Amino acid sequence: MIYHDLIAIKEKELAARKKIVLRCCMAAGCMSSDAKGVKEQLVKAVAEAGLQDQVEVRGVGCMKLCCEGPLVQADPQNSLYIKVTAGNAPSIVAALKGGKANAAQTDPDAAFFKQQFSIVLANSGVVDPERIESYITADGYQALHEVLHEMTPKDVVEAMVKSGLRGRGGAGFPTGLKWGTVAKSPGARKYVICNADEGDPGAFMDRSVLESDPHSVLEGMAIAAYAVGADQGFIYVRAEYPLAISHLQIAIKQAKQHGLLGAGIFESPFNFNIDIRIGAGAFVCGEETALMASVEGKRGTPRPRPPFPAESGLFGCPTLLNNVETFANVPAIYRKGAEWFAGIGTEKSKGTKVFALAGKIKNTGLIEVPMGTPLRVIVEEMGGGAPDGGTIKAVQTGGPSGGCIPSQHLDTPVDYESLGKLGSIMGSGGMIVMDDSTNMVEIARFFMEFCMDESCGKCIPCRAGTVQMHNLLDKIANRQATARDLAKLEELCDMVKNTSLCGLGQTAPNPTLSTLRFFRNEYEALLQPDPFGPRGSGAANQPELATK
Amino acid sequence: MAAKTLTIDGKQISAEEGATVLQAATEAGIKIPTLCHLEGVYDVGACRLCIVEITGTPKLLPACTTKVAEGMEIKTQGGRLQKYRRMILELLFAERNHVCAVCVSNGHCELQTLAYSQGMEHVRYDYTFPKWGVDTTHRLFGMDHNRCILCTRCVRVCWHIEGAGTKNVAGRGGRSKIITDLNQPWGDSDSCTECGKCVMACPTGALFHKGLTTGEMEHDRDKLEFIVTAREKKQWVAAD
Repeated sequence: MIYHDLIAIKEKELAARKKIVLRCCMAAGCMSSDAKGVKEQLVKAVAEAGLQDQVEVRGVGCMKLCCEGPLVQADPQNSLYIKVTAGNAPSIVAALKGGKANAAQTDPDAAFFKQQFSIVLANSGVVDPERIESYITADGYQALHEVLHEMTPKDVVEAMVKSGLRGRGGAGFPTGLKWGTVAKSPGARKYVICNADEGDPGAFMDRSVLESDPHSVLEGMAIAAYAVGADQGFIYVRAEYPLAISHLQIAIKQAKQHGLLGAGIFESPFNFNIDIRIGAGAFVCGEETALMASVEGKRGTPRPRPPFPAESGLFGCPTLLNNVETFANVPAIYRKGAEWFAGIGTEKSKGTKVFALAGKIKNTGLIEVPMGTPLRVIVEEMGGGAPDGGTIKAVQTGGPSGGCIPSQHLDTPVDYESLGKLGSIMGSGGMIVMDDSTNMVEIARFFMEFCMDESCGKCIPCRAGTVQMHNLLDKIANRQATARDLAKLEELCDMVKNTSLCGLGQTAPNPTLSTLRFFRNEYEALLQPDPFGPRGSGAANQPELATK
Repeated sequence: MAAKTLTIDGKQISAEEGATVLQAATEAGIKIPTLCHLEGVYDVGACRLCIVEITGTPKLLPACTTKVAEGMEIKTQGGRLQKYRRMILELLFAERNHVCAVCVSNGHCELQTLAYSQGMEHVRYDYTFPKWGVDTTHRLFGMDHNRCILCTRCVRVCWHIEGAGTKNVAGRGGRSKIITDLNQPWGDSDSCTECGKCVMACPTGALFHKGLTTGEMEHDRDKLEFIVTAREKKQWVAAD
């Protein structure tokens, strides 16, 4: 494959393109409500109407407004059909020639769509994720070609530094710095790993990216591998994402067939292969050292850092580990330039962030917004606020490692620093909206239970501490706790945060700490009077006990 | 090997490059409490008892896996370290069924000794009283999961000193368990070489030699009578 072949594929695709495209969302959300049946019926209806030459029915990835699925969009009519059933298909096809279809519609220019700024999701819902030609038509693999033929690995790293991209897995480590460290680490063998072990409750950004645009992740990984000098990549994806795994397998196979993975990519001396490793359902394997242990075939438990993976990672070799969304940003950065990317977002948080909007909110689904967008814009304008006339109480970000941002802070811009100041984190992008019916102690208990179940059991603070913290939260929620128990809980939160081995334990207390910070009254309202009085006062304050 | 100079608890010391903070401290006579650490096998930094404060590092780091560096300033004692260590021990005692009074290791148990030395007077957390079994299927050794603190010393000696790979960890979180082979009774294990290294390594009474448990300490009172009868009646007969 040379550049000319790439352009030839694109031109062939464009020449064969039909006038009308019916895009059917075939991502997991819509699939669960019979998107497959809808697509089949649309194909049938098109054939019956004799429109095969004019209408293409294209299965695409996530079209973002997940709560209204299955979604079908007709272009260029710009009609977006929602909650489509197989029975709606003939009427949708009939409406292509004018008239109104007998299917519910929504405004494709509503705030939910208009306020989005797509880099990572640019191809999501547009390209057919099962066809590499579709990705190439959207200028796919052009960045890889340019990088391999116009840039040295050093240039690639420098451009990444200039772009200001930060890791989208949650911690926000500067990606360029990470690439530079791996590139400089001595070693004959290096690895690139894509962390697709997305496990936060309510988060489905990475799944959507993999299902909707797997080639962008492969291209991003290949560029990264060239930059750091790796020839082997792994995608660690959780087994609970069968569609993502299948799309990845198809994408890798197609990329190999087209010479975009394998030996001598684009007729350059650069070789790169990608293999898939499937997780076995442990949340902790999203932690980088546990993930690498799991890739190596060992029990997925974290180990102390340093040494960091950049120096000694997979099989003891320097390893670059980035998240799905981070890699998905990469092709656009090299195609459009680091300056372009650095111009988006805030001073310290560049680019965009994808969020999975879920919970008590009207429009649930995927959104991508520039960094620095106020939370209020996301939940009220794009999300449409709380359903059924409720009011928003808090927004949870960062999953079990994050915190709850109360409604009085809704004007906070979404960037790494601002969320950190409020005791939450950007996280990988789960955003759970809570309305005034939500009990914050229950929320804290839920996340603590999650961490307790997912603790690997290696270090004591996390293994035994989460059990005790959950026990105390349980007592509080069941109105069996006293102020003394609350003090014990806070003391444990501090201890587990400071002494745990890996990020799971270090951040497990965050949902509890953050709800305590902003909703302490809810905890206190559940406390029972202490039969022994406040510490140190003995029975003096309890005359009825003192006399017994 | 180049030497590194560093300060531990205000004391200036030197240590070999590549040494851990724990090694440097031990050499300088500074005691840092440890539990999962075992001389002779690699460290995992799991028990978190040896956490120390290093100036300029926001996180507390385990002394056993942290390498010394030039000019490092380390604090091994102090308010919050002491408090955290005590809490870790309390968590351990509340986690499984540690009943010293009936334990084979009572009096020479590392967990017990640490609790004394760290000033753990009582356990403030609710005991969980989990139901764990005892595996006495092995000819020579027994494993009481109630007393296990999951330090994985046994696993490490089995894999890296004996090379048998019999012991391992299964399950996760509080349900983690030391297993033999693929979670079979120890007595059925094909890989166990009966070397006993795991028992040597165990810091508590979780792994023990058979015949030493309180239940097995039978008092043979009849024998006294037998001897007395022999002496007085000059007859070797059992008392009826």
